[in-house]
Amino acid sequence: MGDFITLENVEKVFQVRRRTGLWRRERREVRAVDSLSFTVARGEMVGYIGPNGAGKSTTVKMLTGILTPSAGRLRVAGIDPARERTRLAHRIGVVFGQRTTLWWDLPLIDSYRLAHRMYRIPDARYRQNLDRLVELLDLGALLDVPVRQLSLGQRMRGDIAAALLHDPDVLYLDEPTIGLDVVSKARVREFLREVNAERGTTVLLTTHDLQDIEQLCSRVMVIDHGRLVYDGPLAGLHEAGESERTLVVDLERELPPVEVPSARVVRVEGPRQWLAFPAGQSAAPLVAHLAARYPLVDLSVREPDIEAVIARMYAERTAP
Amino acid sequence: MAEGRDRRIIEGVRAYGLIAGMWVRSTMAYRASFAMTTFGNFAATFLDFVAIMLMFSRVDALGGYPLPEVAFLYGLSATSFGLADLLIGSMERLGRRVRDGTLDTLLVRPAPVLAQLAADRFALRRLGRVTQGALVLGWSLTRVDIDWTVDRLLLMPVMVAGGCGIFCAVFVAGAAFQFLAQDASEVQNAFTYGGTTLLQYPPTVFAKELVRGVTFVLPLAFVNWLPATYVLGRPYPLDLPRWTAFASPLVAVACCALAGLAWRAGLRSYRSTGS
Repeated sequence: MGDFITLENVEKVFQVRRRTGLWRRERREVRAVDSLSFTVARGEMVGYIGPNGAGKSTTVKMLTGILTPSAGRLRVAGIDPARERTRLAHRIGVVFGQRTTLWWDLPLIDSYRLAHRMYRIPDARYRQNLDRLVELLDLGALLDVPVRQLSLGQRMRGDIAAALLHDPDVLYLDEPTIGLDVVSKARVREFLREVNAERGTTVLLTTHDLQDIEQLCSRVMVIDHGRLVYDGPLAGLHEAGESERTLVVDLERELPPVEVPSARVVRVEGPRQWLAFPAGQSAAPLVAHLAARYPLVDLSVREPDIEAVIARMYAERTAP
Repeated sequence: MAEGRDRRIIEGVRAYGLIAGMWVRSTMAYRASFAMTTFGNFAATFLDFVAIMLMFSRVDALGGYPLPEVAFLYGLSATSFGLADLLIGSMERLGRRVRDGTLDTLLVRPAPVLAQLAADRFALRRLGRVTQGALVLGWSLTRVDIDWTVDRLLLMPVMVAGGCGIFCAVFVAGAAFQFLAQDASEVQNAFTYGGTTLLQYPPTVFAKELVRGVTFVLPLAFVNWLPATYVLGRPYPLDLPRWTAFASPLVAVACCALAGLAWRAGLRSYRSTGS
């Protein structure tokens, strides 16, 4: 099927005006996205990550036709989003984690009924999709509840269903698990995996949560300062960033720093010790080694967070 | 090009109907509440007119117009404005939507943003204002002494439709302005609510400069002043040819076209600068 989303040297420059005095105004250009090029194939599930203000949301807004690029070429399903926004709208589903696309004061079902008519979804198809989404996302009891009364997790599920009713080819998810509890997160992730497998929906996911990516995406793109700094599998990202996971062990009593191969103690606090080891490596042999030699009470593994990985990667790039 | 525009208009009207219909159905789920808010709307605007009636307990005429003739002006202005407010009064919320970013959610739907925005929170209770205006107009017609000719009779519905069009244009232009100044809904209110209040009084009570401004710059005078003075057989304070009394629909079309251009420019600037 080839490339479904194509960006060629896409740029977005914002003019920021700032008052510097009573009459003086300073004009400054902010390059939110800088000569960005990538392609996504149909059916791919891609994580799009980067620190705050890196240009993630700006990219998604250009891909949905909300913003017009300052330069470059951009196509989604062969459509130029900025020029044919409404035609593209039939092909895409969008979930903004922070704001809902549902009609705030009306019962959830009204938003779906309106989408049915507005997107001209055939009746049978609408019924079928709605039933399936209600079942998978467990929305049955929520359909008659006004959207403003839903909890964040419920609303998010409602939003995801709304974005998929019209069988979009692409689904953009902007922070879909932000603020959700563990159970809701797991449910949303499982659902997204299913949609991608069943319908072949292309998914582009921006997130702060590395676990979202780990569990969903085979490919990650990292953007920083408006530029693509990494594009590849998640494991490679850890390598590129030389990131480390942390094993926290609670011992029975205070001991001198433990000795294990391929890990180093980075901190000791009473009977608790922190061990850093490469993220690409399994924690199991490490734990086995420790358990055999030291009196263990408890342990836990901490994943590196995206900010840390990217910061490290960035530092390495700029270092001579 | 023209075909694309026609399709956009059809799509817009369709989306407007869908969204407004949804709001009406949801309001009708609570009939008692609907009846009460509609009555409240009616009563609040009726107090407006009571204020004018009280004024007439002290004077016999305002700017040479007796009460029934002022009621005639009032009824025309209130009905035109009420209709426009009913149809697209929700536009004034644009500024808030730009500020909190929820405008983006309208941009990802397959329908024109203007139609979605105008139909959002479509409130049938605003019929209260229209009803009140129409009642005052009806009452005035039983009291004023009009020499009814065919052209004067025809002018009545033309005037209301044209006036509604002109107010709609003011609403859209005001919303377009909010793309630039996001907290300018008060400025918009000055022209919409302020405009209708102004038109409720005879043009003869205002200074010539103001009347000129309202005739040539922001042509609100075409809502009722110009056509109504013709129907009443009274002179207009400015020396204008007679046909201008019939120009409301043309002025309305021109205003809507200008407002449409302003809207497109506003939306384009939003889409190229972001929120």
